[in-house]
Amino acid sequence: MNQLGFPILSLITYLPLVGAFLVATLGGDGEKSACMARRIALVFSLIVLALGVFLWTQFNPGIAGYQFVEVMPWLSGISVEYRMGVDGISLFLILLTLALTPIAILASHGIKTRARSFFAAMLLLETMTVGMFAATDFVLFYVFFEAVLLPMYLIIGVWGGEKRVYAAVKFFLFTLAGSLFMLLAVVWVWRNLGTTNMAVIAHANIPPSAQTWLFLAFLAAFGVKAAVWPLHTWLPDAYGEAPVPGTIMLAAVLSKMGAYGFLRFAIPMLPNASAMFEPLMFVLGVVAVIYISYVALAQTDMKRMIAYSSVAHMGVIIIGLFTFTVEGIEGALFQMLSHGIVIAGLFICGGVLTARGQSLTLRNLGGLARNMPVFAAALMLFTLANMGLPGTSGFIGEILVIVGALKVNFWVSLLGGAGMVLGVTYSLVLVRAVLFEKYARPDLTGLKDLTGREYAMLLPLAVLVMWLGVYPSSFTHAFDAPIAALVQAHTAALNPHTAIAMVTAQ
Amino acid sequence: MFTLIAVFAPLIGSVLCGVARPVLGRQLAIASSILFMFISAGAAITAYRAGVQPPFAVAHWIQVGAFTPNWTLRQDQLSLVMLVMVSVVSMLIHVYSVGYMAHDETPQRFMSYISLFTFAMLMLVTANNLVQLFFGWEGVGLVSYLLINYWYDRKAANDAAIKAFIVNRVGDLAFAVGIALAYFTFGSVNFDVIFAGVTAHVGQSYALFGTHFPVLEVISFLLFIGAMGKSAQIVLHTWLADAMEGPTPISALIHAATMVAAGVFMIVRMSPLINAAPEAMGFITVIGGSTAFFAATIGCVQNDIKRVIAYSTCSQLGYMFLAAGVGAYPVAMFHLINHAMFKALLFLSAGSVIHAMSDEQDIRLMGGLGLKLPFTCAMMLIGSLALIAIPPFSGYYSKDAVLESALAAHTAAGTYGWVCGTAAAGLTAFYTSRLFFLVFTGKSRAPKHVQDHVHESPLVMLVPLLVLAVGSFSSGFVLKPYFIGAQFQNFWGNSIAVAANSGMLSMESITGLAKMAPLLLGIFGILVAVLFYLLVPSIPGRLAQGMAPVYRFLLNKWYFDEIYDALLVRPSLRLAKFAWRNDDQVIDGVPNGLAALTSDASTQAVKLQTGSIALYAFIMLIGLLVFVSLFIWVK
Repeated sequence: MNQLGFPILSLITYLPLVGAFLVATLGGDGEKSACMARRIALVFSLIVLALGVFLWTQFNPGIAGYQFVEVMPWLSGISVEYRMGVDGISLFLILLTLALTPIAILASHGIKTRARSFFAAMLLLETMTVGMFAATDFVLFYVFFEAVLLPMYLIIGVWGGEKRVYAAVKFFLFTLAGSLFMLLAVVWVWRNLGTTNMAVIAHANIPPSAQTWLFLAFLAAFGVKAAVWPLHTWLPDAYGEAPVPGTIMLAAVLSKMGAYGFLRFAIPMLPNASAMFEPLMFVLGVVAVIYISYVALAQTDMKRMIAYSSVAHMGVIIIGLFTFTVEGIEGALFQMLSHGIVIAGLFICGGVLTARGQSLTLRNLGGLARNMPVFAAALMLFTLANMGLPGTSGFIGEILVIVGALKVNFWVSLLGGAGMVLGVTYSLVLVRAVLFEKYARPDLTGLKDLTGREYAMLLPLAVLVMWLGVYPSSFTHAFDAPIAALVQAHTAALNPHTAIAMVTAQ
Repeated sequence: MFTLIAVFAPLIGSVLCGVARPVLGRQLAIASSILFMFISAGAAITAYRAGVQPPFAVAHWIQVGAFTPNWTLRQDQLSLVMLVMVSVVSMLIHVYSVGYMAHDETPQRFMSYISLFTFAMLMLVTANNLVQLFFGWEGVGLVSYLLINYWYDRKAANDAAIKAFIVNRVGDLAFAVGIALAYFTFGSVNFDVIFAGVTAHVGQSYALFGTHFPVLEVISFLLFIGAMGKSAQIVLHTWLADAMEGPTPISALIHAATMVAAGVFMIVRMSPLINAAPEAMGFITVIGGSTAFFAATIGCVQNDIKRVIAYSTCSQLGYMFLAAGVGAYPVAMFHLINHAMFKALLFLSAGSVIHAMSDEQDIRLMGGLGLKLPFTCAMMLIGSLALIAIPPFSGYYSKDAVLESALAAHTAAGTYGWVCGTAAAGLTAFYTSRLFFLVFTGKSRAPKHVQDHVHESPLVMLVPLLVLAVGSFSSGFVLKPYFIGAQFQNFWGNSIAVAANSGMLSMESITGLAKMAPLLLGIFGILVAVLFYLLVPSIPGRLAQGMAPVYRFLLNKWYFDEIYDALLVRPSLRLAKFAWRNDDQVIDGVPNGLAALTSDASTQAVKLQTGSIALYAFIMLIGLLVFVSLFIWVK
């Protein structure tokens, strides 16, 4: 048992599941039960958020390995255990999930049909996502990784927009096809290494030839989830068609699963293959940054423009991860948090307009700054963070990745940083089309500024954006130990002689 | 401690003014921004009088590996001089704005923005590391964007604001990579560590474009490209004239006195590094000289009162870089401070004219305002004389020092800069006099209803003008002994590194005609303007007809905008459309096509009803179980 004396991670993971059952078995129909379901879901998500914050206060940032470890026999016949734990890498991804779920639930005000099922699905999604980040056994991870698909698929397919079924099936087929390759990797690891404990397999000596195949399998699985170009085409459809709360969870949290997978498995387990595929990953990252930024510029719909901007940011994260430098990887990890918060803010801003009966076609918007100054300020803040303005969260990840990439190659740094210019272009086009110039249509003049509920969603996100931007040390502090260990192990694996030299030097 | 107050007071003022208006009410909100600006200026002067002190650590910022830029306020002589200049000029412009923006719908938004700007600018000048400097740098860029776009229902304002941000970001990308390379080279982004490490890295090379360059040259080039964007140097200058869409106090504060000079400040701040990069210095000299000349030629034919002054700003920034390029950093700073005074004065006077003329900006529709606006006219005259560099006005002392340093450098680049700068001095005198004569002398060419409305501005606008006029008159001879005189080493201390071979140190060797040339050309320029616009007003028209191609070339600003539009803007938009089509049809086409081939899933899927979704989910669950079983079974 862990240092707290009670299984806090499992508690955080399964409490929403209890909530989901409660919501699902709730009797009644119509408006009243929908309201009840929303309240229950909100209360459960807030309780686990409180538990998550408590976890953070108890977390010891000096330790590189897993903390709050829980081990239980599970599939004992095949020597697979139930293992949970967090380290500095997963801690904030869990907290991100916990923080965004209540906000997404608040954003579900407009869900009226089958509301009970919807909130059950949201809580189920929270369980699966947190479980995935907290799992420290490869099989357990795989189960959660796949299980995330289920509620998300339902959320898109049942409560989505016009083309929801197409988008949902596409999302499902893409991610499932990718995951099949990971299943092969799981089987290989289990047969050849004899264990699926992630702390152990991360340092296993895998022959370089096998590493190449495993890396390709991971690339298929995590590449689709992280929407690495050119495996991203499911994303604009899924983001565009999902209901706002679904888009928030998808863009802010689920898109991080892929990058997390690379960081957790591909890089520590497969140092030789990672180094070998480094140029490919840089090319994919740079293409995502530059090419997708251009695609974003051509969009005529607010939601799709934000979706493509999200793909472009994934490029920066991929570049950062594969620099194998402390700066680059911490930058990528920070960018994952920042992007989660910022993109949620942007999609909520879109939701604010949808809730007022507006379509998100850019041509039909404009001039909203006049009647909705607070909304304008919020949209502006998240847009600025999205384009990496210093003082907001977006800058920290961006500059760290630029710095880390420059240690490897000048052009990767320059081209990867090109998002600074291209990101400004589509971001400013977006705010201009929504907020500035004259009203596109007369009925826009009647729109009211933010409501209390919308404040409750946007204000915490705005505070987080500033906090991450002005005092990032409170987060990077926890990254230091695991990332330093990761980078050191990577260098050591590639170059045994330097490893010995480093040990003797210490 | 006083530095801390000086820097953060405007931030408090900005937040109060912007957020607390519903509580405070409009008048009190504006008053609070003014109050905190006075506190800031007072604290800045106190900090200056207290003298140089070690950096003041405020808080941690980023701490990753050795990349540790923190929130720290540097308090050396260079920072303190800029601190005082920025806060005092900003305070004056805050006061002026109360009058200028009185008829606006949301003056508190305006005041909040300029207070925020002042905060960002002060963070920039007191930065102790490259990343905090970049924070201020981007911060002022943001507020510049917001203020150019202040009247956001105008299309032109939106276009100009976006253009300014994007062009600046092109420079900023080079700046950011330069920061990364500096960190890679020196292992730190803190100024003191970088400066201390310069000698150790002089011989180090960096591979680029298939060859090797000295790493210090590469860093200096990258940083200077950043400076070119912010300070509107040739190639990256196109945003500055368009930025005049913003309210006039902004043109004075941001696009003349402070923000656009940030590029010069950055190069001066990095002087120990730049000194070790002779090729980059030559490049800075050439760009500076070229810009000084090029912008002055355009200024001669513009008809918008603010655009004339904007091109003049561009040209004067060129002079500052010219000085920095030959290692005469104190001279660059001297011209920067003088320019801040007289250019703010010129813009605010122009604002007073525009205010009086019911927002008319075309000088062809003005004229004869001298009698109706005597005070504004006097102020404009002082500013113009300082800009033309007539002794004893401030511009004379610094512009002459710039040109003498350039010539005394005895390098090809320096001599080129001197030729450009001297020619530009004549052009400056011409366009400045032209502006003055067209606005204030002769008969009024304005429509009747505008003429009836002409009135002198309120006192709240005139007092700041008076203060700036005193500065424009006296800053030259008062500051000269300290900034560039014999005592300059004592004054600047170790905040600026002047290399032993700097042209500045042999400035006195320039005598005779070479020394007198700028002044003589200046007087000649005035005389030509007298001839053209007072004595024989038909000459300009005939000249424009007789030399139509040259006139059109200048009127269209050397066709930079047209070239960029054809080469960059339109191809980019086409590329965007092409990329999207490609993404939508080709890349997405592969999986969709595969799906269609195998089971026609995509078309089938569209036909599905929500009811069957549950069925699909159930099948998925079964599938998941099958996978797990398969896994166990493989054992």
